[in-house]
Amino acid sequence: MLTLLNRRTLIAGSLALGVGTLALPRIALAQASGTRNLLFVLLRGAADGMAMLAPVGDPGFEALRGATLADYENTPRISSFFALHPAFVEIGKATQAGEALFIHAAATAYRERSHFDGQNLLETGGTAPYASKDGWLNRLVGLLAESPRGEVPRALALAQQVPLALRGEAPVSSYAPSALPDPSADFMARVAALYEGDAELAGLWSRALETRAMAGNDKRNSLRDAGANGALVASLMQGPQGARIAMVELGGWDTHANQRGAFARSARQLDALLAAYKAGMGEQWAQTLVLVATEFGRTAKLNGTNGTDHGTGGAALVLGGGVRGGRVLADWPGLAESRLYEGRDLAPTMALESVLAGAVAEHFGLDPAATLARLFPGRKGKPLSGFMRA
Amino acid sequence: MSRASIALNRFGYGLAYGERPPEDARRYLLRQLDDFDPAPAAIAARSVSRGKTGETLRLLRSLRAKVPEMGDPAMTDQRMTDSAPQSPRAATLAGLPPEYRQQLTEARRVMIDDLAARTNLAIASPAPLVERLVHFWGNHFSVSVGKPGTQFEVGPHEFGAIRPHVLGRFSDMLKAAVLHPAMLLYLDQFQSIGPASTAGQRRGRRTEVQGPRGINENLAREILELHTLGVNGGYNQADITELARALTGWTVPGIGPIGRFAAAQPSGAAFVALAHEPGARTILGRRYAAGGPEQALAVLDDLAAHPATARHIATKLARHFAGDTPPESLVARLEGDFRMSGGDLASLTRTLIEAPEVWLPGPLKFRSPFEWFIAAARLSGIERLEPQRIARVLGELGQAPWRAPSPAGYDDLAASWAAPDLLLRRVEVAESIAQASPAEDIVARADAAFPAALSESTRTMLKRAESGRQALALLLVAPEMMRR
Repeated sequence: MLTLLNRRTLIAGSLALGVGTLALPRIALAQASGTRNLLFVLLRGAADGMAMLAPVGDPGFEALRGATLADYENTPRISSFFALHPAFVEIGKATQAGEALFIHAAATAYRERSHFDGQNLLETGGTAPYASKDGWLNRLVGLLAESPRGEVPRALALAQQVPLALRGEAPVSSYAPSALPDPSADFMARVAALYEGDAELAGLWSRALETRAMAGNDKRNSLRDAGANGALVASLMQGPQGARIAMVELGGWDTHANQRGAFARSARQLDALLAAYKAGMGEQWAQTLVLVATEFGRTAKLNGTNGTDHGTGGAALVLGGGVRGGRVLADWPGLAESRLYEGRDLAPTMALESVLAGAVAEHFGLDPAATLARLFPGRKGKPLSGFMRA
Repeated sequence: MSRASIALNRFGYGLAYGERPPEDARRYLLRQLDDFDPAPAAIAARSVSRGKTGETLRLLRSLRAKVPEMGDPAMTDQRMTDSAPQSPRAATLAGLPPEYRQQLTEARRVMIDDLAARTNLAIASPAPLVERLVHFWGNHFSVSVGKPGTQFEVGPHEFGAIRPHVLGRFSDMLKAAVLHPAMLLYLDQFQSIGPASTAGQRRGRRTEVQGPRGINENLAREILELHTLGVNGGYNQADITELARALTGWTVPGIGPIGRFAAAQPSGAAFVALAHEPGARTILGRRYAAGGPEQALAVLDDLAAHPATARHIATKLARHFAGDTPPESLVARLEGDFRMSGGDLASLTRTLIEAPEVWLPGPLKFRSPFEWFIAAARLSGIERLEPQRIARVLGELGQAPWRAPSPAGYDDLAASWAAPDLLLRRVEVAESIAQASPAEDIVARADAAFPAALSESTRTMLKRAESGRQALALLLVAPEMMRR
C-alpha cells in the first residue's frame, strides 16, 4: 500500500480508487431537495487536521509529531497510512460502516493565517475576506428554492446569533436553549403588534416564535453539552415544519499550547455531537449529509509550548447515510520539510470549496458547476464528485 | 432622530431614570469628557492585578500530578466560568481537592463582582459616552476567561489598563493592555521562552522536561492583526516571529522555577530576563537594539504611531458610531486626527463629537445585547441588580463581558445581533426588569428618552398597555430601543 503513497497519489482507502473514477453524475437520480437534509458543522479556531487524522504512514510524521505517536497506536486506520484520533470513537464506527469520508490536505482559497479572515472566507465563500456580505449556506437556500420543485427550505442555526455562513437574503432562524422565564402570552401578542410596522423586527420576531415552538420540549438552558446539541438539532429537523438545512458551531480548536488534552476534549465533543445527531435523525439519516470543516489547518511541527500555530492545509469530514465513506480523499503532499507550505504547514493540495460544493450538489441533485459558481464564485477548480453512493 | 436623541442614544447609553434630556446636545457630550471619573470608588480596590495567577497555575500543576484521572483541570476551570444555574459546576466542584475548589470558587466570585461593578458604573454614569468608550476599547483589547487564573485578571485589565487611558494616549493604553497579566495569560505569552535564552538552552538540553520550551507567537500575531496595524497593515510572518521574540520574557509573576528571577513590571506583569531571546530585532524594517523589557515597549510605541494603526482604529471607531459601513469621510477625519495628535484619544473623541457624519438622522446602528441591557437598566430605574443576576442575564442576552469567542472581541455589526432568538431574549428580560422597576408616566418617559423621535405606533402601543409595568416592558423592547 505504501508504495502508492507518493506525492500526487490519491488515497482512496479500502476501495483504493482514484477520484477520477468516482465521478458519476447523479443528477438524474436525485430526489426532490425537500426530502434531503444538510448539517454544516463549523469547527472554529482551526482544528488540527494532522491530529484528527494522523498520517502515521508518512516517514516525516515522527520527526514532526513524535510525541503524539503513542496516542494513535490502537486507533482505527484507513489504508494503514492514516490513523483516527482516539477520541473519535463514533466517527471511527461510522468510518468502518462506510459512512464517513475524510478529506485531507485541503484548504480554502485563503493563504494567510488569521482566524477571523479565514472563517470569514470559509463562511461567505468569497475569494477574499469581507468581499462578500452573505454566506454560502444562505445562497444554497436560495439555489434550492429556485430548482423546479423547490420551495424555500427552512434553515436554522443552533446558536444565539446567526453565523455568517447562514446570513443573507433567504430567511433563516436561530435557536439556543434559554434559562430565562417565558414572557406572558398577552405581552408576546403586544410585542408582535409593536413590531407590525417594522419589517426587520417583525421578521425576526415571527421566526423566533416558530423556532421556539418547535423546540417546545427542550428542557436545557444552554448549548454547552455538544452531545445534547446534536440531539437538539436533529429534533429541529423533523417533520414538514422542520429545518432542512442547519448549522452548528464548535469551538476550542485553537490549540497553541498543550494541545494533547485540549484537542482530545474538543474531539470528544465533535464525536458526541455527530453520534447524537445521527441517532436523532433515525431513518432520515439515509437522506442526510453532514459536512465538517474548519478555517485552516495548523503548523506541521509542534511548537515550543507543545501546541501548534496557525497553518494552512487541514482535514474535513463528510458524513451521512448515503455517503461513500470509509476512505480518505487526498492528494497527499508529503511531510518532508521541502514539501511543507512555506516550510511550516501541511501543503494544501485540494480546494475545500470544491469538496463542499461537490458534496452539496450531489446530495441535492444540483448541477455541480452551477453550484460551485453560486456558493463559491471565482474559483478556478472544479467541483469534486463521488461523495455519495449511487 | 433628533440631535438630543442622537446624543443620548447613539453616543451614550440612553437616558437614565429621572434624568432630563439635554438642551444642547453637543455641550452635553463635551461636558462628559470633564465629568468622567477614571477611578471611581466602586472600582478603586479592583483595578490592580491580584497576583493570584501564579498561585492558581501552581495549584493546577500539582493537581495534574496528583490526580491524573481527574481529567483535565483546565476543563474544570472552563466549567467554573459557567454562569448557568444548573451548570455542571456543582458536580465538577464536588470532586475536587478542597484547596483547588476554594480557588476556583473565589476566582469566579471575583470575576462576577468585577463584571457587576463594570455594569453598574455604566448604568449610573453621568458620562455614558465615555463609559461606552471604555467598553469599546475593552473589546478592542479583548480578553476572555477560560484559562486558569484569568478570572482574577480580566477586571483589573479593564479597570487598570483600559479605563485610565480612554481619554489619554493610545500608545499608553496599548502597552498597558497587551502586557497586562490578563492578556499575557489569554494569548499564551506567559509561557513563551526564547530558544537561545538561558532558560531555553537549559530546557533544550534536558529532553525529559515537560512543558514549554520555546516561542509562542499567538500574542505577537494578535497585536499586529487586531490591536495595531490591522490585518492588511503590511506586516508579514517574519515580523510576527520577530515581535514574538521581542516579547519573550514578559510573563506573569510567580510561575515555575524561573519565577524566582522575575522582575516586577508596573502593570502587574513580570519580566524574566533569563527567558528573553537575546539579540537585536528587525520589525517592519526598523531595527531594535538588544535589551530587556524595553525592547518590546519600543516596538509597541512604533506600532502605535504607525499610519496603518491610525487607519485601523479610525475605521473601528467610525463603525461603532456611524454605522456598519461607515462613510469614508468620517474614517479619514478620525484617521487624520489620530495621526496629527499622536494618538491622543481625547482629541479623537472631540473630533468624533464634531463630525457631521455621526449626526445623520439615522438610526445607524442596531444595539448590541450589552448596550441594550445598559440602556434598558438606565431607563427602567431598576434598583441595584445582584452580581449573579447581571452575569446570568448578560450571558442569556448573548454578550457576557470577558467571554468573547475570539481575541477579535465581539462583532460590531447588526448582522451579529439582529437575530431571532436574541430578540426573544430581550423581550423576556424586559418583562422581568419591568416587574422590579418604577412604572409611572411611561409615555412621558418615552418622550424624554427619545426627544422628538418617538414613533406614533410606539406611542399608541404604550398608551394601550394594560398597566404601567406592561407599558415599561414594551418601551424597553420598542424599535426605538433596538437601534441608535
